[in-house]
Amino acid sequence: MDLVASPRLYAYTGGKKFDSALPTVVFLHGGEHDHSVWALQSRYLAHHGYSVLALDLPGHMRSEGPLPQTIEAFADRIAVGIAACSAERMLLVGHSMGSLIALELATRLGEKIRGVALLATAFPMRVSTALLDATKNAAPAAMDMINVWSHSASIDAFNRKPSSPGPGFSNFWGNLRLMQRVAHRSGPEVLQSDFAASNTYQHGLEAAAELRCPVLFLLAQFDTMTPSRSAGKLIEACSDSTVVTLRGSGHALMAENPDGVRDELVRFAARSFDRTTR
Amino acid sequence: MTARYPGFETLALHAGQPADPTTGSRAVPIYATAAYVFEDSDHAAALFNMERAGHVYSRISNPTVAVFEERIAALEKGVGAIATASGQAALHLAIVTLMGAGSHIVASRALYGGSHNLLGFTLARFGIDTTFVDPRDHAAWRSAVRPTTRLLFGETLGNPGLDVLDIPAVSAIAHERNLPLLVDSTFTTPYLMTPFDHGADLVYHSATKFIGGHGIAIGGVLVDGGTFDWSRSGKFETLTEPYAGFHGMNFADESTVAPFLLRARREGLRDFGACMSPHTAFFLLQGVETLPLRMQRHVENTRKVVAFLAAHSQVQSIAYPELESHPDHALAKQLLPRGCGAVFSFDLKGSRQAGRAFVETLRVFSHLANVGDAKSLVIHPASTTHFRVPDADLAAAGIGQGTIRLSVGLEDIDDLLEDLEQALNRAAKAS
Repeated sequence: MDLVASPRLYAYTGGKKFDSALPTVVFLHGGEHDHSVWALQSRYLAHHGYSVLALDLPGHMRSEGPLPQTIEAFADRIAVGIAACSAERMLLVGHSMGSLIALELATRLGEKIRGVALLATAFPMRVSTALLDATKNAAPAAMDMINVWSHSASIDAFNRKPSSPGPGFSNFWGNLRLMQRVAHRSGPEVLQSDFAASNTYQHGLEAAAELRCPVLFLLAQFDTMTPSRSAGKLIEACSDSTVVTLRGSGHALMAENPDGVRDELVRFAARSFDRTTR
Repeated sequence: MTARYPGFETLALHAGQPADPTTGSRAVPIYATAAYVFEDSDHAAALFNMERAGHVYSRISNPTVAVFEERIAALEKGVGAIATASGQAALHLAIVTLMGAGSHIVASRALYGGSHNLLGFTLARFGIDTTFVDPRDHAAWRSAVRPTTRLLFGETLGNPGLDVLDIPAVSAIAHERNLPLLVDSTFTTPYLMTPFDHGADLVYHSATKFIGGHGIAIGGVLVDGGTFDWSRSGKFETLTEPYAGFHGMNFADESTVAPFLLRARREGLRDFGACMSPHTAFFLLQGVETLPLRMQRHVENTRKVVAFLAAHSQVQSIAYPELESHPDHALAKQLLPRGCGAVFSFDLKGSRQAGRAFVETLRVFSHLANVGDAKSLVIHPASTTHFRVPDADLAAAGIGQGTIRLSVGLEDIDDLLEDLEQALNRAAKAS
């Protein structure tokens, strides 16, 4: 569905019609991605008592630009779209860059936010100079680096079970093709812009300290993009945090461990919404 | 700073299979089961509704078959693969996933006979028409495209003259018209060429041939590169509009890069049912494990056989792209630097009788209708596969009275050359 008609802000609703009366789970993808990275988790929740909005971030794929240049600008634009859908109770779920956007978005939506799940997060989310340069000057090489470092070590990246979105699929090449598609559809500048936005974001600790809802940190054992130890300051800044580390998984944990991520989100969603309705 | 992907040889051995979590089995287990027990009703519903990944019924997916699919996808750099009952089933699955009656295909005329028949006669009966073009004639590809065209199709190495498909050029023509290019990569395998690197969008194999490599199982596999933007094309409503046959699912909403595979599995395998058995997948996986080693040896032996035949007085001509005389020699050097495979044709001097005598005299080469076996194979088209075809039609297909097709195997090269020598001598006497 389109949250905003112009410029278009698109959200996948998990194969169900959006119902603002239900508790709503908002999914925010990471850099150079789109809503499809949440395929298994979003579709499951949409068929188990929640409304789902898995966004294409502004300037990404079906959502039109202008492409926000900062995490705060992403949150500003998404907050307008969320307001338009009349959802009153929300859980924000963000991956990587999307986790930073979730923090900022939570500060804008206040009491409506009943929980925040931060997947493969870090603060500061520093990007190496070499990778940042490559995103600007050598995009194919940068995508190769991101793809390799986004998956669990070595050959394990090619034999994770279950495959996502199902048997017969390659998580590894699927991720590379998705990044290539985003560049082709939304422009070559998206890659560099997304990584620069993550690298320069500075408001994470303040945003985390403002949260008055439960926060789930869902981290990955073999995450070399955002190593789990890099979430430490954010965890300390939150007043009500739970930390879960998925063993064996890399940065692309929604694809590498779709069942584990789904199960943790189902538990956290139940806790978040129950807590506010008791 | 660079990132390194696992090498081809490693992927051929490991991709798609961790050690079995239940038993620790290092080899891929054969999951000989038709169906899979659900944990509860919710688990069942979630599997049926694509809310979670897993197996329901082995016509749709099977753990052993999935290892084969994921291994081939890894080697081809595809977003996924679907194993089928045969190579022909893979071709059929690709076509029926993309189009229906009233649609049109532009295909190379240098195709395997079975594929030519499917396109030229069988699918025409169901309202899907095909225009065949000279694969080297780029203008012909372009001018054959109609508003109803939904696919361009060719073989990486054409039949019988080993025409090298100019994938960069033909894919560019396809993409100019928002159409995908499908290639049959059976003769080249992912070891000699990965067509997605050159612009192809879909690839299939008769896995019976080099991928299996031992002539023991019939199978096919269809791979999606994830490179074609079905939504932007606007020509593929099977992928981009709600499908009443599967809960109104819009496959392009579900997956940005793999709606083709979702529809092909959820409709094509489900409804047409040409799936691969787990036993076949197991056989084929044994072949995949040694694919790089075998292809190196296949090419090494083939080069020596080609050199031997080229110097022989009883041989009139040889069609092998590594020879400077082949019209696609330069293109082959660009697209197939590791070699041009192990199947090729050559023409004997003399009559149809010479061809028959040659084939019947061979002792190491087996006379049969297959290619891509570890054992060397031979066939004389004029007296077997094409024996009812009039001479003029044979000539138009590039097949002469003395045309011989070899599939060079892995035997000791001296034994192969000795066998060919004595058979050539016999052919000379017969003519």
